[in-house]
Amino acid sequence: MSGTAEPTRGAAPPAGGTDPRDRGGPAQPLLAVDGLVKHFASKGGLFGKGPVVRAVDGVDFAIAKGETLGVVGESGCGKSTTARLLMQINRPDRGDIVFDGELLGSRALDLKSYRRQVQMVFQDSYASLNPRLTVEESVAFGPRAHGLSGSAALARAHDLLRRVGLEPRRFGGRYPHEISGGQRQRVNIARALALEPRLLILDEAVSALDKSVEAQVLNLLADLKREFGLTYMFISHDLNVVRFMSDRVMVMYLGRIAEIGPADAILAAPRHPYTAALLASQPSTDPDARLDEAPLTGDPPNPINPPPGCRFHTRCRFAAEVCRTREPALDPVAPAHFAACHMAVPGSGHPDAPQLPMAA
Amino acid sequence: MNAPLRKAEAAPGLDEALVEVRNLTVDFLGGRKPVRAVGGVDFDLRAGDALALLGESGSGKSVTLRALMRLLPEARTRIGGQLRVDGHDVLGLGRRALAAYRGGTVAMIFQDPGLALDPVYRIGDQIAEAVVRHEGVSHAKGRARALELFERVHIPSPARRLDAFPHEMSGGMRQRAMIALALACRPKLLLADEPTTALDATVQIQILLLLRELQRDLGLAVIFVTHDVGVAVQVADRVAVMYGGHLVEVGSSGEVIGAPAHPYTRGLLASRITPESPKGIRLATIPGSPPDLSDPPPGCPFEPRCALAIPGCRDGLPTRVPVAPGHAARCIRIGEAA
Repeated sequence: MSGTAEPTRGAAPPAGGTDPRDRGGPAQPLLAVDGLVKHFASKGGLFGKGPVVRAVDGVDFAIAKGETLGVVGESGCGKSTTARLLMQINRPDRGDIVFDGELLGSRALDLKSYRRQVQMVFQDSYASLNPRLTVEESVAFGPRAHGLSGSAALARAHDLLRRVGLEPRRFGGRYPHEISGGQRQRVNIARALALEPRLLILDEAVSALDKSVEAQVLNLLADLKREFGLTYMFISHDLNVVRFMSDRVMVMYLGRIAEIGPADAILAAPRHPYTAALLASQPSTDPDARLDEAPLTGDPPNPINPPPGCRFHTRCRFAAEVCRTREPALDPVAPAHFAACHMAVPGSGHPDAPQLPMAA
Repeated sequence: MNAPLRKAEAAPGLDEALVEVRNLTVDFLGGRKPVRAVGGVDFDLRAGDALALLGESGSGKSVTLRALMRLLPEARTRIGGQLRVDGHDVLGLGRRALAAYRGGTVAMIFQDPGLALDPVYRIGDQIAEAVVRHEGVSHAKGRARALELFERVHIPSPARRLDAFPHEMSGGMRQRAMIALALACRPKLLLADEPTTALDATVQIQILLLLRELQRDLGLAVIFVTHDVGVAVQVADRVAVMYGGHLVEVGSSGEVIGAPAHPYTRGLLASRITPESPKGIRLATIPGSPPDLSDPPPGCPFEPRCALAIPGCRDGLPTRVPVAPGHAARCIRIGEAA
């Protein structure tokens, strides 16, 4: 309800001046991921292992300091697995994670100091809290585990609870089941901030909340980002929310990146047919703009056996012969905008691809 | 809206309501204090029409739906008011009549198909069993009807899928199978409790389109509970907004979404992010939180959070104030120079 806040777009430097932990300066990405792969062995029959689920199957991207990268895609596209790999909840099979110029696992950056700088908020606000700890104990737990004294950790917890809009004297002593879903998610955000991270991964963090509560939490996230100079990876299935929150958007399909680029460009003029279909599937609130035909038929295919060629060709209305045989690379289509679609690349062999300039 | 209740024998004609809900109240007992989950709801629904019950958690929308099917635990619930569906006095049905009513007149689909489908039976047999039970036909006839239903809900390779177990199907397919099961005994009213909330948007829109098609082709009346304004608009022509156990605003979806009259509806719509929302603005929010229904506010349920509240708002529940033809809201400040 208050006045218009300062826009949160762009990789603006943190409000509090330069972060003493900053190493490479603003031009160096906070996080760079190279060749990330995670396959899970699915349960087989009585004998031996079953087929392999290719959850994340070769993903490269970077997140700039101070930016918000939105991640969208259907279930099974690998967006949550990517988040869990970044958080090292699951270890990747292959691929490098470079945080502010330093390789995770190298002598310069061990797991403990990395985890202090990267924190995550999950969709299920209840399951992510220990039901036997009070709210303030949950928030103070991390700082204490990282060496702060009990009273200092509690003081930090109270400070953070106040920042997320929960009066510590009223809420600090309550248990997770005694507060509402929106309040619990505020506690989870406070807890994630307790180690003063630089990157916050929000995995459908507002998806389970009622719309009016969601708005409150999104406002809070915008405030905290400015106040603490945070960088966000914002995973959601709601494209309107992602566009609103993000500077750039990454669209994933079956373990690969289909399209990545500036949020406004991608959502105003998507270059990958999958992005376009996702956008068109969002129900409009205009009764005169009801859909009569679903943009995509069928469910997302199973990542156990991704189709050859372009993984999307089985559901793509533009699929041509080349799409069935050759996998498109994630190629630039505009400044800072990449799409993995044969139609976007001149000379790909797709009938709708732009023509290559003819030699004179 | 105060039409007298009709006698049970006459089948409803075209202009008459298939569903009549009058002053429905639901209290949950068993806690320290009873909780008034539904505080006096009235609405009508004609055969073949679709109504969306729109509201947030705890608004009473799912409880209203469950009351229509008598699914609330009897020992811990007190239901008041009158519910009449297709001539049946729902609250007065005995055990056998209730069993025939469920499935035969009214069927329900849920967010989680696991609630409706038995994991250890093949889906075709589950549907056949329902048909055999209600219509007294042979199992083979029941299976034939199941095949017909699978085709009706557009399940690919339906004959093969009849032999599948629920876990062998994808989320969208399970949702379609549950709809087929709900339609098994040709109900006139389909109750849908957030059936698409757990689905991907790409699959959700397919299910919403299917429900609209069934409504149109089978003349099915649908009551669709959702918290998502976009979903409500896609599936229903009329929207009823619930807050604190009351219907605070009812009207055509175009009217309610395009020209909301109740301060709660306005607040709810204003807090949404649309494709047009400028980036980086502060989102409008509704201050405070929903009322404690074990101690509901004396007057308008929204009064404690309402920016337009005046002392008169505490003097009892506001009556329905007409806003436009077919559009009404419970707010005493409507009609004043806003």
